[in-house]
Amino acid sequence: MSHQDFSVTRTSRAARIATVLGAIVLVLLVLAPWWAGRADMRLLGELFLYLALASLWNLLAGYAGLVSVGQQAFVGFGGYMLFALTIFAGLPPVVAVLGAGVLGAMVAVPVALLIFRLRGAYFAIGTWVMAEVFRLSFAQISALGGGSGSSLPTNIVRSMAASRDGREALSYWLALGAAVLVIGVVYLFLRSNKGLALSAIRDNELAAGSLGIDIWRTKFLVYVITAALTAVIGALIFLQKLRISPDAAFSVNDWTAFVIFIVVIGGIGTVEGPIIGTLIFFALRETLADLGTIYLIVLGIVAIVIMLKAPKGVWGLIRARFDLQLFPLGFRVERSNRDKET
Amino acid sequence: MEWFNALVQGALLGGLYALFAAGLSLIFGVMRLVNIAHGDLIVLAAYLGLSVTLALGVHPLLALVVVVPAMAAAGYVLQRGILNQTLGQDLLPPLLVTFGLSVIIQNALLEVYSADPQKMNAGVLETASVSVGGLSLGVLPVLTFAVAVLVIAALQWTFYRTALGRAFRAVSDNQDIAQLMGLNRHHIFGLSMALALAVTAIAGILLGIRTSFDPSIGGGRLIFGFEAVIIGGLGNLWGTLAGGVILGVAQTIGAKIHPGWQLLSGHLVFLIILAVRPNGLFPRISG
Repeated sequence: MSHQDFSVTRTSRAARIATVLGAIVLVLLVLAPWWAGRADMRLLGELFLYLALASLWNLLAGYAGLVSVGQQAFVGFGGYMLFALTIFAGLPPVVAVLGAGVLGAMVAVPVALLIFRLRGAYFAIGTWVMAEVFRLSFAQISALGGGSGSSLPTNIVRSMAASRDGREALSYWLALGAAVLVIGVVYLFLRSNKGLALSAIRDNELAAGSLGIDIWRTKFLVYVITAALTAVIGALIFLQKLRISPDAAFSVNDWTAFVIFIVVIGGIGTVEGPIIGTLIFFALRETLADLGTIYLIVLGIVAIVIMLKAPKGVWGLIRARFDLQLFPLGFRVERSNRDKET
Repeated sequence: MEWFNALVQGALLGGLYALFAAGLSLIFGVMRLVNIAHGDLIVLAAYLGLSVTLALGVHPLLALVVVVPAMAAAGYVLQRGILNQTLGQDLLPPLLVTFGLSVIIQNALLEVYSADPQKMNAGVLETASVSVGGLSLGVLPVLTFAVAVLVIAALQWTFYRTALGRAFRAVSDNQDIAQLMGLNRHHIFGLSMALALAVTAIAGILLGIRTSFDPSIGGGRLIFGFEAVIIGGLGNLWGTLAGGVILGVAQTIGAKIHPGWQLLSGHLVFLIILAVRPNGLFPRISG
């Protein structure tokens, strides 16, 4: 007779290795201002901000089932709040970035109350209407440049750091910090009991509701958190660009289409997906961007094919093949090693 | 009188919005599909109309003879080739696939026709007007409105008086039982998308005669159509016409108050109606 011991664990060897490798990569990235050129740092900074946007959209659409095509509302709102808080309230840029997040959460509450009346696909278009309302409204504010936009005054830019290198490094670290913060928040949120509720809702809304989960409140919470963090990222994007206009700030292509493609290609509904997707997106962009519109057509076709043939994206394929989970969310049953010989 | 004029012009503009919306309303009614690429398909129809008028040297309205069947055929192929695979309990695939389609159409149009605004030349029809009780009404807006009423009446008749309409209603009510009764739902869905894109073709040509267009305006047209559908109430075609009229009036009145408020006031009226009557003014089916 032999008896086997099983243990339930959340982590795995792959996850532990990934943690160590991730920590090493993170340290290298933090040190980038000392080893990377200015152009590389700019590219990396942009990559981190896209990674953050993609992780947030993934939380919203992949986990909460709130498919928004209007997240540019909060990107643009955050950008404009950075300009307003630094120019009119005289706040230092870094404080203004956080302020943009707080204001983003505050404006997301009434927005959510309205568009949560729309369901499913109509919710998606409703978010787009909201983004249009934001764009048209900010185009009416002449103090922020109206339809043609405005630049961040030089004295505010100088207040960040004395030298240009210092400013570049600071904005790089802010982007890196934001990406780490967002992935951390998404990961911890999904591991919390709220995250469990969210997964339950995603899998079966009716069953989740009958188990006592307040579906509306859970989705509302996710929407507001995502909006606040998206506004922070928006503020950081325009802190890099130093210039804002309604069309750039509320661009559906730049802040929603690309983000959706990143998440779909990487793997929707997984923490790892947006990371893989961002890397693929930037690799494609750096090699194919000269093709212009053809590049976007290819991206669209790739996204459709993935959605139809491999709905869990590139990460889904990898996970199905190797049973990997780098950010362990679920639990797994493992046979204990010492019983292997029995 | 000036305000009354704005009101009438807005109502006529609403006819165009109702045409944008009718296709959306139809496919949502039959298969609960929301097509994010709808606006880009309207713009595609306008460009097809432009190419046909230039190639054959015919009047834009005559181009309908070519563009309507072409768009209908494209709709059937699109539905059976791609969109049918996305239908199911999960909302994500149809949304993301039609979103990808929207980006593809937009950039393909950019590649073929460039970003320069284009316009169809409809000769005297563009400027002709009639005087009714002191108001000067453009013939084109009146014609557009009349076409919208006719199209909606025809769709309504198709839905409730024909065998095809019975099939539409059957798959809409219960796909599985309709299938058991011998209907091939994939074929029915294909036909409904063909019909929707035929209407879209009419909307696109009328849009292209009325204003200049470029590949980037699809999203805006989708939003107008969507707002008309929601204001009017889901699944109610006459309600969609009313929704289009309300949206058109809100825009022209808004533009009268301040030129920059035209689009904004349309969106705000939509949001107010959403806040007060979340199911629209005349709902038939729940979302």
